[in-house]
Amino acid sequence: MSNNGLLKSSLAKKYMMALTGLFLCTFLIGHLAGNLQLFITGTEGQEAFNKYAEFMTTFPLVKLLSYLTYACVLFHIVDGILLTVRNRKSRPVGYVKEKGSANSSWASRNMGVLGTIIAVFLVSHMQTFWYKMHFGDMPMHDGLKDLHTVVLAFFSPENPLALIAVAGYVLAQMALSFHLVHGFQSGFQSLGVRHPKYTPAIEKTGYLFGVGVPLLFAIIPVFLYVTQL
Amino acid sequence: MDLTLNIWRQKGPDDKGHIEKYPVSGVSPDMSFLEMMDMLNDRIIREGGDPVAFDHDCREGICGMCSMFINGQAHGPNRGVTTCQLHMRSFKDGDDITIEPWRAAAFPVVKDLTVNRSAFDRIIQSGGYVSVNTSGETLDANAIPVPKPQADEAFSAATCIGCGACVASCKNASAMLFVSAKVSQFALLPQGQPERALRVKRMVEQMDEEGFGNCTNTGACSVECPKGIDLTNIARMNRDFLKSSVDS
Amino acid sequence: MNIEMIDSKIPEGPLKDKWTSHKSKINLVNPANKRLIDVIMVGTGLAGSSAAASLAEMGYNVKAFCFQDSPRRAHSIAAQGGINAAKNYQNDGDSVYRLFYDTIKGGDYRSREANVHRLAEVSTSIIDQCVAQGVPFAREYGGLLDNRSFGGVQVSRTFYAKGQTGQQLLLGAYSALSRQISKGKVEMCTRHEMMDVVMVDGKCRGIIARNLVTGELERHAAHAVVLASGGYGNVFFLSTNAMGSNVSASWKAHKKGAFMANPSFTQIHPTCIPVSGEHQSKLTLMSESLRNDGRIWVPAKKDDAEGIRNGSIKASEIAEDDRDYYLERRYPAFGNLVPRDVASRAAKERCDAGFGVNETGEAVFLDYASAFERYGKTEASIRGLKSPSAAEIIVLGKQVVKAKYGNLFDMYKQIAADDPYETPMKIYPAVHYTMGGLWVDYNLMTSVPGLYATGEANFSDHGANRLGASALMQGLADGYFVLPYTIGDYLSNDIRTGEISPDSPEFELAEKEVKERIDALMNNNGTRTVDDFHRRLGRIMWNKCGMSRNAEDLKSAIEEIRVLRQEFWADVRVPGAIDEFNPELDKAMRVSDFLELGELMCIDALDREESCGGHFREEHQTPEGEALRHDEEFAFVSAWEFTGDPKESRLHREDLAFENIEVKQRSYK
Repeated sequence: MSNNGLLKSSLAKKYMMALTGLFLCTFLIGHLAGNLQLFITGTEGQEAFNKYAEFMTTFPLVKLLSYLTYACVLFHIVDGILLTVRNRKSRPVGYVKEKGSANSSWASRNMGVLGTIIAVFLVSHMQTFWYKMHFGDMPMHDGLKDLHTVVLAFFSPENPLALIAVAGYVLAQMALSFHLVHGFQSGFQSLGVRHPKYTPAIEKTGYLFGVGVPLLFAIIPVFLYVTQL
Repeated sequence: MDLTLNIWRQKGPDDKGHIEKYPVSGVSPDMSFLEMMDMLNDRIIREGGDPVAFDHDCREGICGMCSMFINGQAHGPNRGVTTCQLHMRSFKDGDDITIEPWRAAAFPVVKDLTVNRSAFDRIIQSGGYVSVNTSGETLDANAIPVPKPQADEAFSAATCIGCGACVASCKNASAMLFVSAKVSQFALLPQGQPERALRVKRMVEQMDEEGFGNCTNTGACSVECPKGIDLTNIARMNRDFLKSSVDS
Repeated sequence: MNIEMIDSKIPEGPLKDKWTSHKSKINLVNPANKRLIDVIMVGTGLAGSSAAASLAEMGYNVKAFCFQDSPRRAHSIAAQGGINAAKNYQNDGDSVYRLFYDTIKGGDYRSREANVHRLAEVSTSIIDQCVAQGVPFAREYGGLLDNRSFGGVQVSRTFYAKGQTGQQLLLGAYSALSRQISKGKVEMCTRHEMMDVVMVDGKCRGIIARNLVTGELERHAAHAVVLASGGYGNVFFLSTNAMGSNVSASWKAHKKGAFMANPSFTQIHPTCIPVSGEHQSKLTLMSESLRNDGRIWVPAKKDDAEGIRNGSIKASEIAEDDRDYYLERRYPAFGNLVPRDVASRAAKERCDAGFGVNETGEAVFLDYASAFERYGKTEASIRGLKSPSAAEIIVLGKQVVKAKYGNLFDMYKQIAADDPYETPMKIYPAVHYTMGGLWVDYNLMTSVPGLYATGEANFSDHGANRLGASALMQGLADGYFVLPYTIGDYLSNDIRTGEISPDSPEFELAEKEVKERIDALMNNNGTRTVDDFHRRLGRIMWNKCGMSRNAEDLKSAIEEIRVLRQEFWADVRVPGAIDEFNPELDKAMRVSDFLELGELMCIDALDREESCGGHFREEHQTPEGEALRHDEEFAFVSAWEFTGDPKESRLHREDLAFENIEVKQRSYK
């Protein structure tokens, strides 16, 4: 049994969910740090942001990390689907009346739905920027791919779809927020990290992280749209 | 009090089952929920019908036999009580009450509100014990002191009555709270140490085999648990299982 | 009536050596032969689970049966207070002899010396065994086991796990049983009920069981059968027993030749939540440990009692001088800690005299006000509070009481809808335990060869009144440490018998009889429900064979029960079908046996012209109203043999010799 059991068991799937999820949290920090440079106006901001984009796509260690991130995203999704399928099978006949609100948070009961929203967002988001950056036609500025201009143009009021895009981004970040508020502390619980003294701190951190990070992410498109009005 | 009961009726495991409506009147607020069901059954029998089958035994909240999903919640709206301890004063005159059996693939319906919970027994059989034979010659009970906080925590975990409300409440029909309570009881006591790693592995394996779902840490189990078994136990089991799997 | 004497097979020798020397002399079955021997265990509570596990560990093939959906749900689980053991960890002078002495005295000198001494001897091993299994008993800060005191004794020898000791001990035995099930040494049949025992060539060789899910009848053969099927308090309809607790296994054994001993010895527990109305289905016990700190009283003036009953005054408004702390008044030495039978009778006496404190007039107060104050003062001093106010003291005291009895107070509040921290609890006695049961010899074998009885199902250790925290002790003593040894003595003759066949004519006939009985019930098509008859039987038993009894009432009860029984068979309605999950049919079968047992209980109570322990005959009391024993005529066990009709039961006697204890009139004054 031993290691084989570790891979097959339901708990192993939870460990993987937790580990990949928590790793993706660190990715979010890195991503956010870069995005915050979009608040810098003028060419100063343009250069900083483009340099950052260049660094993220070429520096070997970051590249390695990015592959890890892709793997984690995929694993997190596939594992999530497997878990959901199993969970559905565990209750083939549902209740006529079920009052989940009495005993658990909405987010905790809807992680699959939230995850799906985030996944859909991810596809469109990557198509818009990541795909263009890697494989598309990019304008150049100072010898660097000018992602800054692409981003600004996407959220510019001159783009007829910008308003929908902004709304979509804000909505997706709300989903991410709910996903993180439950997921962050849930990851620690799955890995067995729970202590009467430290768990409240983990939960608080998870809450701040889950609200703060998506909030900052969400402000950016709004900011870009409004400042270009 | 006059009430309308919507009760799940199912002749046997192969029947599809349906909700049936039963108006009841003259319910006293001092009645326990099960006494109200007794009253209904008494009437059904007199009218020549088939009474509602439900599990119950001690009627004082400790045997874990009673198991009703009342108005969307395991053991009804109150906290820290089993169905048998729920009293009709928790409801209002004119209320509509929906009563269903525990729902889980691992708990097939026997009849109406009665389900088969022997999956729990099989999980205990897979390792929920300390392997010590009966003999008059075990160590003196006071030979190994156990720190009080640890003993108290082991006791809290051991108060699980095996009713299955955790499984019924969990949106994934997961049995993690039940299994972890037993794993924890022994993990916290010196007597449980020799088999600690093996126990958690076997019990988790059996839990998976029975077809229970995964834990997604919603915490519903602990909230609805009539004995208030804590989520700390689940974390402890997660930890122990990880450790035992990595070690071997 | 020609009374025959029976032999209890008590070993020779001094009392304290009997068990040791008996164990070393009885025949053993060698390990290879144990594999060839099958044992059936009916019931998987404390006595059944522990015996099934121990026998399987020894190598026997065990088949165990319970009517619940899991052995973990047996009613042993509801025992609250604790388990006695002569460990003397508290160094308060306890010893095996003192536990023996207290148990004999508590039982009002109607139990068998040799059995009780053995019980006291093995009591210490039980605690060791349970701790080794991982039973989480309460501990002190030093990490050692804690003890508390219980009614009727003057030492602290009770081990406990909050108010859930029975649960923890049962789960311990259940885990030991589960381990043997996983090894394949025990075959566990849940949701099965024993319908009859099967006799082959004068020996008990198996049972007919009914699968309660499918309704199928099954034959199970074995070399010996053990009944660990609990007590029969539910004959009173309202009791602290679980709804499913029943006498059927014992009664079927009785009808096949096993004697019923002292069937009228019933324990009425003094601290239960009073009946609230007609709809009541069962009564809830409040642990006796509450009497350690609470004070029991009723108003001293009838007007006040009347006022409380009609709600015009509150308990707190009655002045201290107008309260009658009747236990403290009548029994200054033991006060609120007198044994259960004494406390129950005293409550009934006050209520009968018109001092009851609820609408039905059948309740007394259990008051924690003085405990709040006492604990509060100690706590204030521990915390170094200088001149705390009275209100502060009460708040602190309530916190201490909450830590000690919180779960019991919560339970009371839940059921009675009254806050016991603010107003005194109302309590009243209720049927709790039956000391009587199948007669067994020293080896726990009934009068039927190969048929054993353990735990509450037998009669052996508690005499006419059981002391608190002794039931758990007896169940586990029988199951872990007595039966597994003594049964070998009988089974050693069976090593060459080979497998017992369930296809013999005896099994066939037994199954046919069971089937006919079921058919009769199902095809009756009467108009009244099973509960209706059960309730009426309960009322007769409670009124006429309950806390106090007299010849006239008992005689009329016997007639009333006979009439009720006839009516039952003529007019009961059992819905549903035979071949399906049908709890009403299960219940009907059980009630049909209660209807016969009830009559025998009254016959036994009528026959015993004395008062002892829980058996109080109004004709036999001291001028102060205490129980009056007649040792000259009644120092014996009444063992009743079934002869076809309860009324014609034949009495056998087992004389009780007290050689190691001085028989005295019990006094707790």
